[in-house]
Amino acid sequence: MEGQLTGWGRTAPTTARLCAPTTADEAAAALRGAGGRGAVARGLGRSYGDAAQNAGGTVLDMTRLAAVRSLDLAQGLVEVEAGISLDRLMRLLLPFGWFVPVTPGTRHVTVGGAIGADIHGKNHHVSGSFSRHVTRMRLLTADGGTHELLPGEELFDATTGGMGLTGVILDATIRLLPVSTSLMTVDTERAHDLDDLMDRLETTDHRYRYSVAWIDLVARGAATGRAVLTRGEHATADLLSPRQLADPLAFRPRSLPAVPRGIPGGLLRTATVGAFNELWYRKAPRERRGQLQRIGAFFHPLDGVPDWNRVYGRAGFLQYQFVVPYGQEATLRSIVEQLSRHGCPSFLAVLKRFGEGGPGWLSFPMPGWTLALDLPAGVPGLGPLLDRLDEQVLAAGGRVYLAKDSRMRPQTLSGMYPRLAEFRALRQRIDPHGALTSDLARRLAL
Amino acid sequence: MLNALGDPQSLLLLGGSSEIGLATARRLVTGRVRVVHLAGRPSPALDAAADELRALGAEVSVHDFDAAAVDTHETVLGKIFAEGDIDVALLAFGVLGDQQRDEHEPMAAADVARVNYLGAVTSGLVCAQALRRQGHGALVVLSSVAGERARRSNFIYGSTKAGLDAFAQGLGDSLQGSGARVMVVRPGFVRTRMTEGMQEAPLATTADAVAEAITTGLRRGTETVWVPGALRYVMSGLRHLPRPLFRRLPL
Ligand SMILES: Cc1cc2nc3c(=O)[nH]c(=O)nc-3n(C[C@H](O)[C@H](O)[C@H](O)COP(=O)(O)OP(=O)(O)OC[C@H]3O[C@@H](n4cnc5c(N)ncnc54)[C@H](O)[C@@H]3O)c2cc1C
Repeated sequence: MEGQLTGWGRTAPTTARLCAPTTADEAAAALRGAGGRGAVARGLGRSYGDAAQNAGGTVLDMTRLAAVRSLDLAQGLVEVEAGISLDRLMRLLLPFGWFVPVTPGTRHVTVGGAIGADIHGKNHHVSGSFSRHVTRMRLLTADGGTHELLPGEELFDATTGGMGLTGVILDATIRLLPVSTSLMTVDTERAHDLDDLMDRLETTDHRYRYSVAWIDLVARGAATGRAVLTRGEHATADLLSPRQLADPLAFRPRSLPAVPRGIPGGLLRTATVGAFNELWYRKAPRERRGQLQRIGAFFHPLDGVPDWNRVYGRAGFLQYQFVVPYGQEATLRSIVEQLSRHGCPSFLAVLKRFGEGGPGWLSFPMPGWTLALDLPAGVPGLGPLLDRLDEQVLAAGGRVYLAKDSRMRPQTLSGMYPRLAEFRALRQRIDPHGALTSDLARRLAL
Repeated sequence: MLNALGDPQSLLLLGGSSEIGLATARRLVTGRVRVVHLAGRPSPALDAAADELRALGAEVSVHDFDAAAVDTHETVLGKIFAEGDIDVALLAFGVLGDQQRDEHEPMAAADVARVNYLGAVTSGLVCAQALRRQGHGALVVLSSVAGERARRSNFIYGSTKAGLDAFAQGLGDSLQGSGARVMVVRPGFVRTRMTEGMQEAPLATTADAVAEAITTGLRRGTETVWVPGALRYVMSGLRHLPRPLFRRLPL
């Protein structure tokens, strides 16, 4: 079947042949029969840009390869097919007292997508990225063969963060995190400007497993960078009320009705977003400790509104996420000021601190500050502004996240990822005819 | 590939020394475009255009392409598309002819029709098929307001543009769902070499303004672009004017 695909940002649609293998053999056959324009795997399409698209070629929808192979409840190890979502894993595992080791801001991503982008969560400073918790995986490569891969092996490290370009991940084993309840204990506080925020994060982040700050990017002047910090930990049973204790591991995330199609663009003006942000900032408690929150509310507030990406209308939106190393706070500060001065209407601007980076060749996280923000694609002057920011990030020794990118220049990218040349050489070696490719790969010459 | 903001990375310019084409190429090259294929009849002007775009940082190749030689289009363009994806193919060739002479020299009129219409049909189809195979890309067709309603003073040229315009619209419809698309550009009177010495029509515009409208249209995914934009309304008025009245207009 032919179909037009975009990423979560709904920009730059392209058409591909879609097939949804139900077995590893079917996946291998689809890869072999892909033809001159190659194939790429797709999970739940939560990458913002064009990573899981392949114009004129084949896209393997992996979501039907979603079985749980084995579950070791004693050790907390689960072996799953790559198309299973973190949502399903959570529903399955929480009643047994196990949680996924790393979750992004949405549960609706697959294990394959989580490894392909080597995703990070609010616990990166403690737990690293997703792939650190993968103990083995099986990869289908361009030659049609499958390879059992272990951490530390070249192909394993090229695949974690490799954006699906080394092969199709068929299954993986993940080491889980033990929890005793399905609630989070959360501390909230406000920071009145960026320096205050960075100071609070720097001095106290190590006390929390999970940490994130929402920045009001519409605020200007003295309030530039004002923010709400939320940090938390899995609650232990002694914190629960008797009623909660009746079912301490309950997990029944609720969902609101989906956002309708056909919302006109331009709804999100700086003024509307400004008003929203003002409200959001004021609504947050100046300081509150130990609030009990459900997993959904703490980790995935946006998942409560299905298809919220439609709010951005026809032009779609993009996310800009970069990291700059510690010591480059001046660059971070300057970028926040430039964004705020440009009047970018952004609801979602999130700052967090990364811990140690992983061994993935194209893996995004490195020790430093990471800022992520959603921006409507129709903002005037957005392209040149983000190009300038790319240069500043590059000059600061930082990088932009491929799972979010939809607009970078290939030249800038190669400066950000020092192992890109090795990655290209490996692809050339194991996939000389380019059987694995994507729009992202074409756009950035990966 | 087109990025999220609609910026292309590669360009095929058919009619490689067209002023509007070059103005557009210049603009795109200062953006994301790195690869440019200039297709046109060999000439010093074509080489100079290539050099200029190279100086702006693009990787430029020049291809011998004659819009009137319709039976060569599949081969010549096929080779270009085989070299790599084309994000934007800009069909910018066209001749104005000389209405007074052409009315009396049917073979000269045929030349205008061959280049403007026949040449566009063959090369447009080759491009559209290639874009369809790619699953993405835009074919930009330079039509003209002259095609909206044929006028006494230039109906030969106008009729070729009318045919081209109808062809391009239908081609665009045929590409629905393929990931590729057609954008029809209808400039009014453009001050260029081609129109030098002619009396300017109202709302005259420049090659640069057309180029800007093209890049904006690409970004927005527009199907039809008028330059200047006000012409859309002027022409919709003119189109519905009764003929006896239309005839008497000093157009
Ligand atoms: C609301 C929201 C919040 C987010 N928050 C975060 C966050 O906090 N941290 C973070 O890191 N990311 C975050 N993301 C991004 C998201 O986690 C990644 O884009 C993730 O890769 C999406 O997974 P997916 O299954 O949808 O994969 P897709 O988007 O479909 O694909 C992503 C990449 O993985 C590859 N891939 C998918 N499956 C396989 C497979 N089986 N084998 C090989 N390659 C495969 C694809 O080819 C593609 O390159 C967020 C996204 C959204 C929409």
